[in-house]
Amino acid sequence: MPVDVARMTKVFERPKSLTEARYTYCPGCHHGVITRIIGQTIDELGIAERTVGIAPVGCSVFAYLWYRCDAVQVAHGRASAVATGIKRARPDLVVFSYQGDGDFASIGTAESLHAANRGENITVIFVNNQIYGMTGGEMAPTTLVHQKTTTTPDGRDPATCGYPIRFSEIIATLDAPVYVTRQALYDTRRIQDCTKAVKKAFQNQVDGKGYSLVEILSTCPTNWRMSPTQANEHVANVVTQVFPLGDLVDRG
Amino acid sequence: MPRGTIVIDAERCKGCGLCIAACPQRVLAFSGSLNASGYDVARMENPEACVGCAFCALTCPDVAITVYREKKNA
Repeated sequence: MPVDVARMTKVFERPKSLTEARYTYCPGCHHGVITRIIGQTIDELGIAERTVGIAPVGCSVFAYLWYRCDAVQVAHGRASAVATGIKRARPDLVVFSYQGDGDFASIGTAESLHAANRGENITVIFVNNQIYGMTGGEMAPTTLVHQKTTTTPDGRDPATCGYPIRFSEIIATLDAPVYVTRQALYDTRRIQDCTKAVKKAFQNQVDGKGYSLVEILSTCPTNWRMSPTQANEHVANVVTQVFPLGDLVDRG
Repeated sequence: MPRGTIVIDAERCKGCGLCIAACPQRVLAFSGSLNASGYDVARMENPEACVGCAFCALTCPDVAITVYREKKNA
């Protein structure tokens, strides 16, 4: 018997803060889930009219296309610096940066760390998929030991390439940040936890509390050479061993 | 158990299969038919088992799923 949706309650739909544009991401990529969570958060807090997103360089370079709010796309790694400028000029706005691990934890190291150390009242979404996705799957600072990438075809060798950097732990040593957490999206429970963390990170800014960072362990099925479901299992079983989940700082 | 259903925007679906894996009721499967972008889209293979939990929609990276649940006392 066909179901008549007109007689039913709609319990989930696309957030109003997302545009109709289709994502440019590969099948199964978690960037889309994170974008949806941010859109849902903007809806729930009712802040679309005063929110500004900062798009990075990387796979999410087109992030400004997905949201029905103002956005700017900035030079590689400098999203936290531009967010600082916008927030200081217009403290009434809600400013978030959306940055990958190459952007946030490599080329943008100085800007990322010092924005956190100054305790800027911004929200940073740090998407860690342990690889440079857009440019062809090269080693990132977060790449796991022995992980094969196009620039470490025999696996990342710590003797020559160092170890994966836990950037959120570094930021957690600072006095200023009010909220630093690491989340994942490999199952629905983690997705719900991550949604709460993102909402808290935005709420902190709305309440004037200061710097919030949500690191999200994401997948790159294309460059990891895995199916989307295998990639989720890889995060659950392997990546979380190196990047443990949970709150690192919560001074909210 | 409340009865639910979903509507999949087939042109947004990229056939990643994450909704199929996430569904606790095993409602979803690949349809075998391709959308304009060439992806094998997901569909409800077992619609009467849907409870409207929205796990598929939470999981869908392309936000292609809308979820409905039967109204109480309807």
